[in-house]
Amino acid sequence: MRKKALAFLSAALLAASGLAACSSGGSGSDANTITYWASNQAPSLQKDKEILTPRLAAFTKQTGIKVNLEVIAWDHLLDRITTATTSGDGPDVVNIGNTWSASLQATGAFVDFDSATFKKVGGKEKFLATSLSSTGAAGKAPTSVPLYGLSYGLFYNKKKFADAGIANPPTSWTEFVADAKKLTNPAKGEYGVSFAGASYTENVHFAYILGQQYGSDYFDASGKATFATPQNVKGVKRYLDWLGADKISIPSSAEHGQGQDAVADFTSGKAAMIMQQTGTTASIAAGGMKESDYGVVPLPIENPLPPGGRKITSFVAGINISAFKEKNTEAALKFINYMTSPAVQVDLNKQFGSLPVVGAATSDPAFQTPTKKVFVDVLRNSSKTMPMVVNESQFETTVGAALKDLVAQQATGKIASEADVKAALTAAQQKLTSGG
Amino acid sequence: MTSLSTAAQSGGLPPADEAAPPGPEKVRRRRRPLSSRALPYLLLAPALLFELLVHVIPMLTGVAISFLKLNAFYLRHWLQAPFAGFDNYAFSVNFNSAIGAGLLRSVGVTILFSVVVVSLSWLLGIFGATLLQRSFRGRAILRTIFLVPYALPVFASVIVWKFMLSQDTGMVNHVLSSLHLSDGKTFWLLGNNAFVSTAIVAVWRLWPFALLTLMAGMQSIPTDIYEAASVDGAGMWQQFRRLTLPMLKPVDQVLILVLFLWTFNDFNVPYTLFADSPPASADLVTIHIRQSSFITWNFGLGSAMSVLMLLFLLVVTVGYLFVTSRRTHDA
Amino acid sequence: MRESLSFKIVRAVGLAALTIFTLVPLYVMISTSIKPLGDVQNDFKWIPTTITFRPFVDIWSTVPLARYFINSVLVASISSIASVTLAVFAAYAISRYSFRGRELFRMTVLSTQMFPGILFLLPLYLIYVNIGQVTGIKLVGNLSGLIITYLTFTLPFSIWMLVGYFNSIPRGLDEAALVDGASPVRALLSIIVPAAKPGIVAVLIYSFMTSWSESLFASVLVDDSSRTLAVGLAEYSNYVGVYWNQVMAASIVVSIPVVVGFLLMQRYLVQGLTAGAVK
Repeated sequence: MRKKALAFLSAALLAASGLAACSSGGSGSDANTITYWASNQAPSLQKDKEILTPRLAAFTKQTGIKVNLEVIAWDHLLDRITTATTSGDGPDVVNIGNTWSASLQATGAFVDFDSATFKKVGGKEKFLATSLSSTGAAGKAPTSVPLYGLSYGLFYNKKKFADAGIANPPTSWTEFVADAKKLTNPAKGEYGVSFAGASYTENVHFAYILGQQYGSDYFDASGKATFATPQNVKGVKRYLDWLGADKISIPSSAEHGQGQDAVADFTSGKAAMIMQQTGTTASIAAGGMKESDYGVVPLPIENPLPPGGRKITSFVAGINISAFKEKNTEAALKFINYMTSPAVQVDLNKQFGSLPVVGAATSDPAFQTPTKKVFVDVLRNSSKTMPMVVNESQFETTVGAALKDLVAQQATGKIASEADVKAALTAAQQKLTSGG
Repeated sequence: MTSLSTAAQSGGLPPADEAAPPGPEKVRRRRRPLSSRALPYLLLAPALLFELLVHVIPMLTGVAISFLKLNAFYLRHWLQAPFAGFDNYAFSVNFNSAIGAGLLRSVGVTILFSVVVVSLSWLLGIFGATLLQRSFRGRAILRTIFLVPYALPVFASVIVWKFMLSQDTGMVNHVLSSLHLSDGKTFWLLGNNAFVSTAIVAVWRLWPFALLTLMAGMQSIPTDIYEAASVDGAGMWQQFRRLTLPMLKPVDQVLILVLFLWTFNDFNVPYTLFADSPPASADLVTIHIRQSSFITWNFGLGSAMSVLMLLFLLVVTVGYLFVTSRRTHDA
Repeated sequence: MRESLSFKIVRAVGLAALTIFTLVPLYVMISTSIKPLGDVQNDFKWIPTTITFRPFVDIWSTVPLARYFINSVLVASISSIASVTLAVFAAYAISRYSFRGRELFRMTVLSTQMFPGILFLLPLYLIYVNIGQVTGIKLVGNLSGLIITYLTFTLPFSIWMLVGYFNSIPRGLDEAALVDGASPVRALLSIIVPAAKPGIVAVLIYSFMTSWSESLFASVLVDDSSRTLAVGLAEYSNYVGVYWNQVMAASIVVSIPVVVGFLLMQRYLVQGLTAGAVK
C-alpha cells in the first residue's frame, strides 16, 4: 500500500517536471569516443592533463577511439561519481581511490571483471597480487583493476641523522622513538617527526597498519566491525604517543589536514622524519629537497613482534580504474588494457611518482633506484589491503575522526590512556553499526 | 545567501500595496476582466517556473527520499530503494544511539553558533552604523573599507583566516606571543577554540551586511525627530535608546531573521576551514548532514535529517515572526 | 547638533578597532601573495623580507584561471540579468495587483529557502539529467544548469527588494500611463523600471556577487571546461602541496571584479535597501 503510494508520488514528481522515469543508460555517445575521468596525481590538474594527453593521443592513433579527458580534484571526485551513479549520466572510464573499491562495487554501477572481462584487459596474471587484492570484496568479481600503486615509507633527513650521531634509520618503534627524541629540540623548533593528525584518512591508515602489527583487524571475516580490540587500542596508542607521551612530534601535526603539511615540515627542516606514501617524492622535490638529501626505509615494526602480530608496514595504497556499465564498454576495456600495459605503466608511474601495478613494469630501471625499490618491495611484500567492506568509507570517517579528536587532545596536553582510546573506538563502532 | 527576501516577504513588514488598495481595484476595473485576471499570474509565471524546478521539486524529492532506505546498494536505481517508513526519522531522533546523539549535539552547536554570530554581527553593525551616522571627514572611505569583507568571495576570505589561525606559522599566534599574551602555541582550529575561530570568521564576513542594512535604516529616520529630542535635552545615548533603536525595529526584525537563516544554513565557512572532519565544537549541522549523506552514502538518513532541520527552522521562523510582530504592533 | 567630546572619542576608538579588524586579514592576504613560498611556510612576518610577483604570474599556469574567469563572468552576468528581469515582472505583479494565491506564492518561496543546499543538490542533479535525457537539453556538464540554479538562488531576494521599491513609486505615475492607453507591460518598462533604477542595480549586484562565489553546486554541475572561479580557487591546494602565496594571489585577482563593482554600486545598494526594508 505504502510502497505503491510512494512509487506514485515519485512518478508524479518526475512527471510534474516533465520527465519520464528513465534513470539509467542512454549514453548516446558514438562508438569511437569515450569519456575518462582521471584523478589528480600531479602537482596541478593542468600538469595531469599535460602528462596524460600524449598518452591518450597515442591510444587514439592505435585504436581510433577518441578520449575526452577530464581531471577531477580529489575533493570532488567521490561526489561526482555518486551523482553519476545515481543519475546514470557518467563517464565511460573513471579513476577511483582503491579503498573505495568495495563500496563502489556494492552500487553495481561498474562493469564486473569476471574472467572473460579480465582477458580483455590482459588477464588477471599481469597485475601485482597485492594491488589486485584491493579491487573489491572477497568472493565477488572485482569492479576495478589497479592503475597506480602507492605504499608507505619512512623518509628521513640524512644530514640531521648524521648530526645527531645516528648511524642507521630505525627499524623498530623503540628505536624510532629513541632516535626521534635525539632529533627533537623544541627550543630550536626541531622535532623528530611530523604527521597529518587532522587528516582522517591518514589517521585511519596508521590505525590500520599498527593494528595489523599488533595482530588485529578492524573487521572480522564476516564483515562485522571489531574496532575496539586490545590490539587495535595498543596500535592507536602507539600512534598518539608521538605527540602525547613521547613528545617527538611537531605540535602542529595536530592541525595538519593533509600529508603535504607534514612534507612542508620535512623540507623546511622542522621535522627529521615523515611517514608518507610514494608520491610524496614529488612534493619533497617541489619543496626544494634533493633525492640525495633523504633516505627511505620501510616503516618500523614492533620488535619483538607481539603474539599474532604481522609484519605489515603499509596498506595497499593506490588508484584503481573502472568502467561504468551501460556505456561504451568495449572501448572502455580497450582503454583500460592500454593504461595498464607495461610501457604506459612505466611512463605514467615514472611521471606521477607512483609505482607500476603490473609485474612486467616493475623491473624497469626507473623503479630500481634505492628509494623506489623500497616502495616496490613494501607494496609487494609487506602491505595489506584496507578492509574490503561496503561501509569502508564509514570506517574511515568514523575511526579517522575519532583519532583526529584524540590527536588534538594530545597536542593540548591531555594524554590519552588505553581506556580513552578504547572508549573512542567503541563510540566510532557504534556510529557504524547503527547507521543501517 | 538566498533567504533574505523570502524571509522578509512573510515578515512583519507591511507591504505598501495593502496600504493602498484602491490602486489595483482601479486597474482591474478598467481592463477586460479575463486578461487582467490572468496578467499577474502571467507576470509571475517565469519566476514561479524556475522556483519550482530548482527548489520545490528537488525539495519534495528530498522529502520522498527521506522515506527510503537509499544506501550504496540502491544508489544506481534509487526509485527501487525499499520504503523505510519513518525509520530514518527514528534513527535521527534516537538520542541514545550514536547517530541521534551526534545530530543532537550538532544542532546544539549550530544554534549556539548562530546566536553568537548573529548577536555579534548585529552589535558590530549597530555600533558601526551609529558611529557613521553623522558625516565627518573620512566617513565615506571607512564605510567602503568596512564593506569589503562582505564583497569578497567566501573561499578567499575564509582561506586567509585559516592561514592566519594556523598554530605554527599563523599571524594570530605571532601577534599574541609578541604581545606576551600567550606562549604563541595555541591551537585555534582544534578543540573548543575551533568554535571561537569559526564564529570570528563568520562575523567578519557577515557584520558588514548588518552595517549596510542598519545604515540604510538610519538614513530613513527623519532628522527633525532628533532635533526635537535634542531641544528637549536628550543626550546622545538617550536619543539612541529612545529614538534610533525603536525606529529600527522593523529593520531589525527582518535583518536578524535573515542573519540567523544564513548562519544556520552556512556551509562554505566551516567546509573551507575544516573540510569533511570538523572538530566536535565546530560540527555545524550542514557539514554533519553532508557526512550522513554524501560521505557515508546514506541519503535516506541525510534527507530525514534535512527535513527535520527544515521543520525546526519553520517553527523558529514562524514563532519569531509571531512574537516580534506582536511586539512591534504593541510598541 | 553638537557632538560631545566623549562621543568623538568613542567614535575614534571604535572606528579604529573596526578598521583594524577589517583590514588585518586583507593585509595578510596581500602581503602573503608577494612572498616566496619558502617564506610563507616559515614563521609569520609582517613585512616580507623578499618581495616577488611570481605568484601573480604562476597562478595563470598552475590552474587555467583565465578560462575559469570567463566562465564565471558568463554565469554571473547571465544569471543575474535573468534573475533581475524575472524579478521585475514578478515584483510588478505583487506590487500593483491583488490576486488569489499571492500569499501562497510567498510562503512557498520562503520555505524553499530553509532547505540546506547540500541536500537538494542530489535531487536537483537527477532532475537536470532527466531533463537532458527527455528533451536533449544538456543542463549538466556545461554552464546552463548552473545559470538556472543561480538565478533562482537570488530571485526571492530580488523580488522582495523590488516589491519594496515599486511600492515606494507613486501609483499615479503608471496609472496615468494606463489611462493614456499604454499596456501594463509598457507602463512597467517605460515608467516603473526607470524610476526604480537604484533598486534594480542593487539586486543586480547582489545576484552577481552570489553567483560569483558559490562553489557547492558548481563543483558538481559543471565539468572542467565549464568550471567556475569559486571551485577553481581550491585547486591551488592539491595532491602535492598548498601554494599559499598563489592561493592569496589568486584570491585577490578573483575578488577584484566583485569588490570594485560592489563598492562602486554600494550607493545604490543602500538606496535600494532603504526603500525595500524601511517603511
